[in-house]
Amino acid sequence: MKQFEALTRKDNQPVRYLIVDDSVFARKSLAKMIESFGGQLAGEAGDGRTAITEYARTRPDIVLMDITMPQMEGIEAVEHIVQQHPDARVVMVSSVGYQDNILAALQKGARHFVQKPVKPDALYEIVRYVLNEDGVTAPSIVVREERR
Amino acid sequence: MRMDLIQPFIGSLDAVLAEMMQAPATIADLAMEENGYRKKGLAAVVTFTGQIEGRIILDMEPQAALRVAQCLTGAEVDSAEPIVREAVCELANMVIGNAVTQLNDRGFEFKVDPPSLLSEEQCEKAGHDSEATILRFETLSGHVHLNISMHYHARRARERAGVPAI
Repeated sequence: MKQFEALTRKDNQPVRYLIVDDSVFARKSLAKMIESFGGQLAGEAGDGRTAITEYARTRPDIVLMDITMPQMEGIEAVEHIVQQHPDARVVMVSSVGYQDNILAALQKGARHFVQKPVKPDALYEIVRYVLNEDGVTAPSIVVREERR
Repeated sequence: MRMDLIQPFIGSLDAVLAEMMQAPATIADLAMEENGYRKKGLAAVVTFTGQIEGRIILDMEPQAALRVAQCLTGAEVDSAEPIVREAVCELANMVIGNAVTQLNDRGFEFKVDPPSLLSEEQCEKAGHDSEATILRFETLSGHVHLNISMHYHARRARERAGVPAI
């Protein structure tokens, strides 16, 4: 897999991700991608309910959240997570990308949306954008972004 | 069955297979089937409810499923590994999710359940339930079948739009 310029936090630590998807396969695939971004896997969850507890336990820098899941769907999980942790950064990653779904996710507090199949370049740009927006990533990355 | 409802699934499978397998896929056959369905390899089903109701089975010959798993993981995978079955589910999720997106954006409203793997028995039972359109796609690694059975509920759409039923 293509290696990307590492996204690091201001304290030079790797960005920590929580991956939420009911498909083990999708989780593995996303974990590989975040590894290529220089990130670190903080935790995984297979449904929305587990995602809420995993978020509180791991306090990741960013959450990659599927929508269609058993127990509790992604949009409902986003609402709970953002209510409890207003600074949470959640990016929805789903094959179901119709407007109503995207709008609902954004209204509940998600920051962005990526449609499956996920292209690593697209996810990298979105993660970088969300992290830069909050000033989480190291300043050098922001400077490079501005030069482009 | 309305072809305008099926077309997004054909386009989506074509696009996702091409992306995942890094090779083109072509439609080799289209048939209607009413009596049972025998799966050809690894099959996953996705059901949906709402203005459109039904289910879609994505059935992949073992070599095709293996190829998708290898492309998605970027590593050599053994055909016996559970990851191959997971890959079929995830592919079904992507194909159907992408098609559902197109249909929703055209005004059809329905809810999709997560995909699940089908056993031989479940597959045959699902095939007995209703008439299905079966599409066979040819890829460099084997055939991929899409078994589509769905119905459009005009009454629900009218109710949603606030138009009284005649």
